[in-house]
Amino acid sequence: MLPEIGHFSLILSLFFAAALSIVPILGYVKKHKVLMAYSVPLTHVTSILVLLSFIVLAYSFVTDDFSILYVSQHSNSLLPTPFKFSAVWGGHEGSLLLWVLILCGWASSVAYKGKTLPQDIRALVLATLGLVTTGFLSFLLFTSSPFIRLLPDTPVEGADLNPLLQDIGLIIHPPMLYMGYVGFSVAFAFAIAALISGNLNSSWARWARPWTSVSWAFLTLGIGLGSWWAYYELGWGGWWFWDPVENASFMPWLAGTALIHSLAVTEKRGVFKSWTVLLAIFTFSLSLLGTFLVRSGVLTSVHAFAADPTRGVFILALLFLFVGGSLILYAMRAADVKSEVSFGVTGREAGLLLNNIVLVTLALTVLIGTLSPLIYKALDIATISVGAPYFNFVFSLIGLPLMIIMAVGPLLRWNRTKLDTLIKQLLLPLVLAAVLTGITLIWQKFEWITLVSLFVAYWVLLLTLIDWMAKLGSSSSEWWAKARKLPRNYYGMLIAHLGMAVSLVGILFVSVQSQEEMVRMSQNDSVTLSGYEFVFKGVSKVQGPNYVSDMATISIFEEGRQIATLYPEKRIYKARTQMMTEASIDAGLFRDLYISLGEQLEGDTWGLRVHVKPFVRWIWLGGILMTFGGLLSALDKRYRKVAGARI
Amino acid sequence: MHPVRKKRLITISAILVIIGAAVGLMLYALQQNINLFYSPSQIAEGEAPDNVMLRVGGMVVENSVKRDSQTLAVQFEVTDFAHKVTIQYKGILPDLFREGQGIVAQGKLNQDNVLIAQEVLAKHDEKYMPPEIAEALDKAKQKTESN
Repeated sequence: MLPEIGHFSLILSLFFAAALSIVPILGYVKKHKVLMAYSVPLTHVTSILVLLSFIVLAYSFVTDDFSILYVSQHSNSLLPTPFKFSAVWGGHEGSLLLWVLILCGWASSVAYKGKTLPQDIRALVLATLGLVTTGFLSFLLFTSSPFIRLLPDTPVEGADLNPLLQDIGLIIHPPMLYMGYVGFSVAFAFAIAALISGNLNSSWARWARPWTSVSWAFLTLGIGLGSWWAYYELGWGGWWFWDPVENASFMPWLAGTALIHSLAVTEKRGVFKSWTVLLAIFTFSLSLLGTFLVRSGVLTSVHAFAADPTRGVFILALLFLFVGGSLILYAMRAADVKSEVSFGVTGREAGLLLNNIVLVTLALTVLIGTLSPLIYKALDIATISVGAPYFNFVFSLIGLPLMIIMAVGPLLRWNRTKLDTLIKQLLLPLVLAAVLTGITLIWQKFEWITLVSLFVAYWVLLLTLIDWMAKLGSSSSEWWAKARKLPRNYYGMLIAHLGMAVSLVGILFVSVQSQEEMVRMSQNDSVTLSGYEFVFKGVSKVQGPNYVSDMATISIFEEGRQIATLYPEKRIYKARTQMMTEASIDAGLFRDLYISLGEQLEGDTWGLRVHVKPFVRWIWLGGILMTFGGLLSALDKRYRKVAGARI
Repeated sequence: MHPVRKKRLITISAILVIIGAAVGLMLYALQQNINLFYSPSQIAEGEAPDNVMLRVGGMVVENSVKRDSQTLAVQFEVTDFAHKVTIQYKGILPDLFREGQGIVAQGKLNQDNVLIAQEVLAKHDEKYMPPEIAEALDKAKQKTESN
């Protein structure tokens, strides 16, 4: 009975979402205030209904209701309860429901927070979000309902959740990622509302900015979590694979990063107006494209869980509808927009323009690399795959100028910067960075490209700190007061940029200094890597809740002193008889020791993969800093004040 | 020329130059890093070049996996049920590598048409068949039937 309530609630929500996408527009056209005001309750009712059906599905998972097909495919009575809950989004249907739920959550937040928006803008924004919700709810209901029942032949036991997904990282990774992905729909909706109303002054940028920053922060966190999960769970020791599914989340991130910066220019200086609108459309389109790539199964990927291609057609149609529709609207309206202000080539505007060009180029690089296997396939030329060297090559070449722009950009003034002052500002950090690079060079040898990148990373770190200190002035008595006076927006940028530099340092050290060895080991064999001696102590059987495992014991010595013992496992999950590698990691701020267990070769001889990964934590540490920076800048007081002043 | 227009011209040409350079770079990099996929039948017919990075996929032949007794070297055959290819690899095979399972290997062919693999991929989900393999199997099947 309960699943039917969930299903019914979902159907009902589709009707409300459809009403949400029509009624406020009618109200807008007829200038009817009451009809426009309906957008708020309609949004909330849709959200509550979707939430209800999500709760029902989660309840069915936790109570092992295997009469539901989706539950029986993705859960098992032996599964620990937290994993039963996260199994809700362990498959296609449930993760789509989560997608829609989060979309509704964003829409309701806009409805709630948007009291200060002009009524017509709020109505248009909510109607746009309603249209997106309608599209995805119908996709969910018509092609992939999670509430299909197996009656009367109810299975006694479920097929279990894919063991790779039975992990804390995967409980939080998809919701965070979707928060980001889907959050860009808000910026998109503001852009559409601005286009429809023809009200393309800089105020729309001010309204869209905090929402975009928050979405971006969540997306950053989601991608970071995904990378961290892949690192410890896949057992390969890699943190990024340029896999299509990773790229699917990385493209909106790159475009979203560009959007944050271009929104800043549009809000503050009133330039790049039509470009910013286009970028908002572009960013959300990439989110939709990402959803399509992940959900349709058109691409070969390590993430490719069995997928149904007919669903691909539906979501492709949705993609064309939204992207095509908004681009047509853009073509009709954008010509009317003119930027009144001009800017100089040495101004901050120009710096941010460069930032945008580079970021969009990078997004395009990923897009081409990800889609070319599809294009080759569609044209029947050949079956191909694009290797990681492509992405690494382009990113190391184009990424470096981006870092330089990031270093210099914040020092530029609006419109025009005096070059001699700028050079003075750049010089001291430049020298210090060179010294730091020199120190690193004594310690380790590098290739030239890494050396240059490292130098730039140091430079960014120093410039950011020095810029901050310069803003505080020299007198130490006012230091604290001045530090508090600087806007949160500024601190957000500072922290996010620092985060980027920290991640870059991590990436560089990991890609250059990592040591990896695959070895064949019997009891008491040892291998030495980067000064660490790994001694294999043998393997024992261990019983888990829903798996049995071979657990190896490896003692690690540094200069004859034991510093850690690691227990990598090879698990066999009973329900699917699926084998899983569980890596064991001794984590540290400056290096990780990482071991995963390979196959049993004969008797007590096993294959092992041993890694020493310097600075790998910095990659995710930088991600956390960026997330924090994004959230902080969204909390700037300015947004509240200005919004309040507009009533 | 009007100074504003001149400035605009400079800006736009600068943007075009940057984008042009980036696209050129991208296409060059893409050209260098495309890995073509070959089925065992295509390799048997000599369609695949030697000493070029490529991918081969198929089902691992039963009882074909031979391990070295001292190192991690391993040799096995994959088939599309029309032809077989021998693959040599040194390292740890993925969890889902098993005889009778579909795998994809990336590496270079030597003169004897043996693939010296740098990477062996098996998928996360055992129900899942990589599309390349499914298609290769399909083609091989059609060929044997028409013969």
